[in-house]
Amino acid sequence: MEEKLKVDKARVERCLTAADSIADGIAGHIEANTTISVERSVLRLLGIDGVDAGGVPLPNVVADTLHREGLLDRGAFYWIANAAAETGRSPQEIASGMAEGTLPVTTFPRRSWQELDKVVEPLLEEGLNRLRRSRRERSELQERFPPGPRPWLYVIVATGNIYEDVVQARAAALQGADIIAVIRTTAQSLLDYIPYGPTTEGFGGTYATQENFRIMRQALDEAGEQTGRYIQLVNYCSGLCMPEIAVTGGMERLDMMLNDSMYGILFRDINMKRTFVDQDFSRTVNAYTGIIINTGEDNYLTTADAVEEAHTVLASQFINRELARRSGMPLSLMGLGHAFEINPDKEDGLLYEIAGAQLIRQIFPDCPIKYMPPTKYKTGNIFKSHLQDGLFNLTGVLTGQSIQLLGMLTEAVHTPFLQDRALSIENAKYIFNNARHLADEITYKPDGIIQRRSEEILAQAADQLEEIAREGLMPSLSRGVFANIARPVDGGKGAGGVIPKGPEYRNPFKETMRKELGHE
Amino acid sequence: MNNPHGNEVRPYGDTLNDGKVQMSFTLPVPASPEAAEAARELARKMGLEEPEVCSFRDLGEAFSFYILYGRCTHGVDISRIHVAKVDTETLNFYEINGLIEKELDRKIRVVGACTGSDAHTVGLDAIMNMKGYAGEYGLERYPWFETWNMGSQVPNEVMIRKAVEVGADALLVSQVVTQKEVHIHNLTELVELLEAEGLRDRFLLVVGGPRISHELALELGYDAGFGPSTLPVDVASYIAQTLAKRSRP
Repeated sequence: MEEKLKVDKARVERCLTAADSIADGIAGHIEANTTISVERSVLRLLGIDGVDAGGVPLPNVVADTLHREGLLDRGAFYWIANAAAETGRSPQEIASGMAEGTLPVTTFPRRSWQELDKVVEPLLEEGLNRLRRSRRERSELQERFPPGPRPWLYVIVATGNIYEDVVQARAAALQGADIIAVIRTTAQSLLDYIPYGPTTEGFGGTYATQENFRIMRQALDEAGEQTGRYIQLVNYCSGLCMPEIAVTGGMERLDMMLNDSMYGILFRDINMKRTFVDQDFSRTVNAYTGIIINTGEDNYLTTADAVEEAHTVLASQFINRELARRSGMPLSLMGLGHAFEINPDKEDGLLYEIAGAQLIRQIFPDCPIKYMPPTKYKTGNIFKSHLQDGLFNLTGVLTGQSIQLLGMLTEAVHTPFLQDRALSIENAKYIFNNARHLADEITYKPDGIIQRRSEEILAQAADQLEEIAREGLMPSLSRGVFANIARPVDGGKGAGGVIPKGPEYRNPFKETMRKELGHE
Repeated sequence: MNNPHGNEVRPYGDTLNDGKVQMSFTLPVPASPEAAEAARELARKMGLEEPEVCSFRDLGEAFSFYILYGRCTHGVDISRIHVAKVDTETLNFYEINGLIEKELDRKIRVVGACTGSDAHTVGLDAIMNMKGYAGEYGLERYPWFETWNMGSQVPNEVMIRKAVEVGADALLVSQVVTQKEVHIHNLTELVELLEAEGLRDRFLLVVGGPRISHELALELGYDAGFGPSTLPVDVASYIAQTLAKRSRP
């Protein structure tokens, strides 16, 4: 592809090197620890689902029991395998027995991993097969119903009621949406469990539950047949249940998940030691199930200034990219995020937006870049808002963005009405179609505003990355390098769920997934 | 101008008192000439004369969208309307700091939080953070304010505890994302908790957010409410002047 902006390769190289050393700095921590939610996701992969008499999800019952007794340092898989060898029961039966208090799993004679080989193998295969099956289904369906051209049109439904969401989502697909995200109810990210079953009550969104995933998946598959385009489903792999949500999303064939290595730390005040371990396994699972992740750098610009802090987005993308790579994720699944959030009153603001978007596009040519719409300077003037979204859409198609989350004219007024979504899809379709090949006609003036701005962002990002590399990622985050938000290393929620691995620790799912992904 | 309707005000299109309004809505039926006629009929029932559907389209899933124009037949006498407004004057950064220094001679302590389930700090940050919003510094930057921004999803109890602990003068509550009126319950709960603990009069209680008005705030038992397009100076001016006034003998 012809280079539209001149990008200094040496500077990009500096960024990559610094990101590598940043990731090195936390690799030891990630390797040495597991978390309660990683172990719950292992239990889910073993087929444990459902709730106990008090409504507590069985993966929580089992993991909490083991954690209380200080036994998770061997990994949850061990205890289920050991109990299966002892009793011949299935993991689900073992979990139910533990919930009823009739199965003293931790008192059974402790076999070695080697002795458990014959039990581990089929449990492992069965768990992985479920994920492989949904990945295969996706390929088959996408062959029959190819997704539409990029930028893909991404819209959100957020009624709180999964059945109402289905109606809205199907309508959006018929109107031309390629991707449907079911936004989560506010505060779900701080729940240390995944709620169970279909739900009809939520605030500003709908609970992410496995059953809700299934209901929406089925509706979108039907919409896909109707429209001849495979409709992609998105949910949020963030918060205290990152890896578990990755597992349930993989089982129910979600296609994209918001998954950022630092979002929970910055924006939900989740403990960073917990998050770094959680994000690693969640991304291995996402990669294994062929799910495109969306990183959350756009959020930096809603908190901090979009012009002054543009380089922090790029710096963070390099970090997200490197951490995802180390979890076994190919570039083609890394939807690095950014946003169109410059103050609309700024003279030449559009040129600055183009500079940022084009730069990111060129630096990460193999990644499906996720572009977020203006929100911060939306005021309730729906007419101006619709125009802001128009400029955003024009920038998206001009700079070859991959995933375009459509702005809503009623941003800052209410969660989208059916008609709001229809109007925003109409806006995007009009502009994408009308300017489809505009990018092919354009190169940027060597000394122009856009070229110079892009150089400035890249230079600042390289400097920042090198500084973080020198200082270490955790100390840097505690100093507030991103989004002007500082988080103490040992503060935040969920710190109690970090567990140092013992010498007998194993997570056979992770081992096999990484092997198959070509990362051992 | 000679207005045949006296003090009554009506929408203006291009001729005084033509009453022209635009509106749009979705109907839960497929698009059809009958559905468009139903849209017109609805507009008539809403008090519009000569309603015209200028555009309509099918939205799928048995929904359709209508854009209409019509003439509003009602008028309102504006002289009879009273709106509760924050009545302090908006001062600038230097005037506010100067006022606090002169009249209180101590820093004003402000605790801010997005309470309840709300995870959106954009409004609170715009008012409190160093950087502020639209070129106006946030309260953190004011030398005569001392601030604690507790961030998102703060339970009301935790906010109150913090306010007591630091000896706050004012509480800033932000509510951005809401559905099914959850923000009202949440805001009411804070007031009830403060009253139950006998702390209500100790703090200036201020709420802000896109769906907040001063009138609503007063109704809920707050001292002031700030809606969309509020700047940090507006809030700072209010707090400084109100506390200064209260401190005068």
